[in-house]
Amino acid sequence: MHIVVCIKQVPDTKNVRIDPDTHTLVRQGVESIINPFDMFAIEGALKIKDQNGARVTVVTMGPPQASEALRETLGLGVDDAVLLSDRAFAGSDTWATSTTLSAAIRKMGDVDLILCGKQAVDGDTAQVGPEMAALLDVPYATFVKNIDTRESGFVKVVRQTDEGTEVWRLQLPALMTVIKELGEPRVPSLRHKMRAKKAEVAVWGTAELGLDPNSTGLSGSFTQVVRVFSPQRRGNRIQLEGSIENQVEQLFQHLKKARVPGL
Amino acid sequence: MKAIVDKQRCTVCGVCSEACPMGAISLRENGIEISDDCSLCGICVDTCEFGALSLPEVGQGPSEDPSSYRGVWVYAEWREGKVHAVSHELLSAGRILADKRGVELGAVLLGSGIDDRVAEELIAYGAEVVYVIDHPELAHFTDERYSKCIVELVGRKRPEIFLAGATSMGRSFIPRVAAGLRTGLTADCTELDIADDGHLLQTRPAFGGNVMATIICPNRRPQMATVRPKVMKPVRLQGRKGRIERVDLPAECFKARVEVLEVIAEQDRTAKLTEADVIVSGGRGLRSAENFSLIENLAQLMNGAVGASRGAVEEGWMAPSHQVGQTGRTVAPTLYVAVGISGAVQHLVGMQGSEVIVAVNKDPSAPIFDVATYGVVADLFEFIPEFTKRIKREREG
Ligand SMILES: Cc1cc2nc3c(=O)[nH]c(=O)nc-3n(C[C@H](O)[C@H](O)[C@H](O)COP(=O)(O)OP(=O)(O)OC[C@H]3O[C@@H](n4cnc5c(N)ncnc54)[C@H](O)[C@@H]3O)c2cc1C
Ligand SMILES: Nc1ncnc2c1ncn2[C@@H]1O[C@H](COP(=O)(O)O)[C@@H](O)[C@H]1O
Repeated sequence: MHIVVCIKQVPDTKNVRIDPDTHTLVRQGVESIINPFDMFAIEGALKIKDQNGARVTVVTMGPPQASEALRETLGLGVDDAVLLSDRAFAGSDTWATSTTLSAAIRKMGDVDLILCGKQAVDGDTAQVGPEMAALLDVPYATFVKNIDTRESGFVKVVRQTDEGTEVWRLQLPALMTVIKELGEPRVPSLRHKMRAKKAEVAVWGTAELGLDPNSTGLSGSFTQVVRVFSPQRRGNRIQLEGSIENQVEQLFQHLKKARVPGL
Repeated sequence: MKAIVDKQRCTVCGVCSEACPMGAISLRENGIEISDDCSLCGICVDTCEFGALSLPEVGQGPSEDPSSYRGVWVYAEWREGKVHAVSHELLSAGRILADKRGVELGAVLLGSGIDDRVAEELIAYGAEVVYVIDHPELAHFTDERYSKCIVELVGRKRPEIFLAGATSMGRSFIPRVAAGLRTGLTADCTELDIADDGHLLQTRPAFGGNVMATIICPNRRPQMATVRPKVMKPVRLQGRKGRIERVDLPAECFKARVEVLEVIAEQDRTAKLTEADVIVSGGRGLRSAENFSLIENLAQLMNGAVGASRGAVEEGWMAPSHQVGQTGRTVAPTLYVAVGISGAVQHLVGMQGSEVIVAVNKDPSAPIFDVATYGVVADLFEFIPEFTKRIKREREG
């Protein structure tokens, strides 16, 4: 079984704080991390590999330094890594991203299972997975928390919805977007780290993918950002003071005046 | 491709460099330099008061004539025998857009065994026409069948705008519809408007709610967006008139390579975080699983849901499905009460869209207070029981 995991490098928000005045991120030399949901996808793929044997390939579309993220996953036990990098890819919306990623998966050919994170934490769109499935014309399931590959030619998944959980059986090849319950990522092993250092990361651009540069990046995107602005700042915070009884009464009256539900 | 600098206008003031989330702008003696890290997000364009920055044009794509598309459509999400509240909200928002454009407002209803009365309700909320696709294979939701049906119907009727709720169902299959129709899609919008030229102005939070972005889909139709529940107000009017059209689609639309084996509804009502008007959330400050009963009691009293920080989930005091934040749920209730939560940025991005935020924390410098509407610096073990009592007294009195 060949599993491809799509990962994205995103800004690390661990050390950032929100500036209370400007309401923007205070970024102190923000580093990049692998999108947390994609780490769960990698763990899911490696678990399948551990149990039934599988070849795991990670792919990312991003700037040249995204190869660091790929190398990190090689240290976890991923077999191969592919970087999709080309100036023509910059400014991609989810459609253009899916176009490029699905071209790469088509080029790989023999893919059985494609795993994505539920969403990337920078853009939060959760669209790339489903759009890719449409472009590749494969069945898919979103918000997956358990994957069972024991039946040949099929995959059984448990997915978490707003209403509860569902068990689906999908014909392979299939795509899934995954959530945290699939498993916390393992720590890199020394053996794999040694290999990761020397491993080759393939780099594919528009030429390798056989894509028209005009169908990728900003020029291949359908949506356009026309304005970016700071969200309206909250009215100044009201700090309650005094004894516990006093604070309780003040809060109660404020909430009552604000007509919040539930009182 | 990267942002374009007009050297004539640039004063090398450095504001854009500060604002760039990719750290792609550096200051040089005679101007700014934009590196290959530029993700074309456009934040710099907006911060530059000299108009020195711009983005290259988006692609045209092989577009059909946009003016051949007419009408505003809303996907009416029908689950567990009822229409999701967000669909009513969207019909009311759609009504305004349709009136501005002078076009018809349609609703699309998919499922199995749908009574006409369900469609009549949608008319009361503003729809002039309800397209009903009723088929046994639609009894359980699957992305494949639902998206094929909508792609087919949109292809026939050609609406210019298509809206759906940003629920787990909408966020799951609407991207496939958009891809199938070869059009753009904006996720999780919190504001919609229409420009005179017919462009749908779709505003959504980005970078974890720290910036807002307005997005258009200039050259493709329909213009598609998913919209967060609870941001639009539903308006129901008795006596509205509309028609119901039951649509037959080719058998191909109901074929899928997916089989739904089991559907287990969540028993725990309080887990329905994304739909709740009130959420009471607890963090590590609660100190134990037992103490979470303080949170649960208050939530129950206020008819709300129980949330938790990752700190509390990691301690095992709450199930992961209750987690609010970057790796949990994003919520935006009318009232969010954060109890014993420090307010790490990963938590804040999941709840700062709430209308009213109450923070209870004994540490006055806890970052949760930065986003709070009402800040209570107090020991939660003293404050929460008293506050719960106060609400009870009001109820009884
Ligand atoms: C990649 C990544 C993703 C993450 N995703 C999420 C996420 O989705 N959601 C999330 O919540 N976190 C997330 N986190 C974790 C986040 O960084 C914090 O660690 C977490 O939110 C802390 O939880 P907490 O506020 O409950 O605990 P703490 O930070 O320990 O805060 C406890 C607070 O309780 C207060 N307190 C203690 N006792 C009392 C008392 N008696 N009365 C009143 N106040 C009291 C303390 O003053 C303190 O402020 C993520 C982290 C990473 C790295
Ligand atoms: N540039 C990218 N390269 C590889 N995978 C990506 C990229 N962007 C998004 N993805 C995948 O799609 C998922 C959803 O991303 P998004 O639609 O941006 O929220 C991510 O969790 C990744 O698995």
